[in-house]
Amino acid sequence: MTAAMTIRIQEADFDIAQEISALTKGRTDIGAVVSFSGICRGTEGSETIAALTLEHYPEMAEAEIARHAEAAMSRWPLTGLSVIHRVGRIKPGENIVLVLTASQHRQAAFQAAEFLMDYLKANAPFWKREESADGASWVEAHHHDDAAAARWTKS
Amino acid sequence: MKVKYFAWVRERIGKAEETVEPPPSVRTVDDLIGWLAGRGETYAHAFETPRVIRAAIDHAHVKPDTVIAGAREIAFFPPMTGG
Repeated sequence: MTAAMTIRIQEADFDIAQEISALTKGRTDIGAVVSFSGICRGTEGSETIAALTLEHYPEMAEAEIARHAEAAMSRWPLTGLSVIHRVGRIKPGENIVLVLTASQHRQAAFQAAEFLMDYLKANAPFWKREESADGASWVEAHHHDDAAAARWTKS
Repeated sequence: MKVKYFAWVRERIGKAEETVEPPPSVRTVDDLIGWLAGRGETYAHAFETPRVIRAAIDHAHVKPDTVIAGAREIAFFPPMTGG
């Protein structure tokens, strides 16, 4: 069977169980599904966060995620993957991003999921704006996210 | 060429996109940042620290020394914070 690839950028929330089922339904060749969901935190350090607003560069975000989804597909023996990234205003406790990877065995699924998330953090054109009691401010990028993404580059 | 701005670069400049025609002496992404920074106070503010600005040509990441000839769309934005 061919590998299934789903990439979506949307304002609406997603249902993780439904997305896993879409990836595995009718197939008997999948032995492992890894699911990562990124969730909006209600605090950042000592600060209380009221909400996040995610801005993105639509055409580039889709192209960049697709490029890396294909890289994951060719690097690991995956039977399918899904990447769903939300944009717009997101409140604490709500989902931001979902990465699902399916494979015959767990190792490929774990590694591919981590690769995709590290990549998304450092290179996918999304920007978070944080609302707190002091007003709204753009979230600063972390150097450790760049380092996490760089470790997947083959030397 | 079309130029797009995102996040605080967009906010500081006060627009999301525009069409610009830089002179031939503007060869690279870095040159373009320098030229845009000279267009007024809002641009100077947006590009005051060029090394933190990220750029993309036609939806792909590029480095500051990339030549811009032939580009249809160039985007400028801060380091990404998705995921």
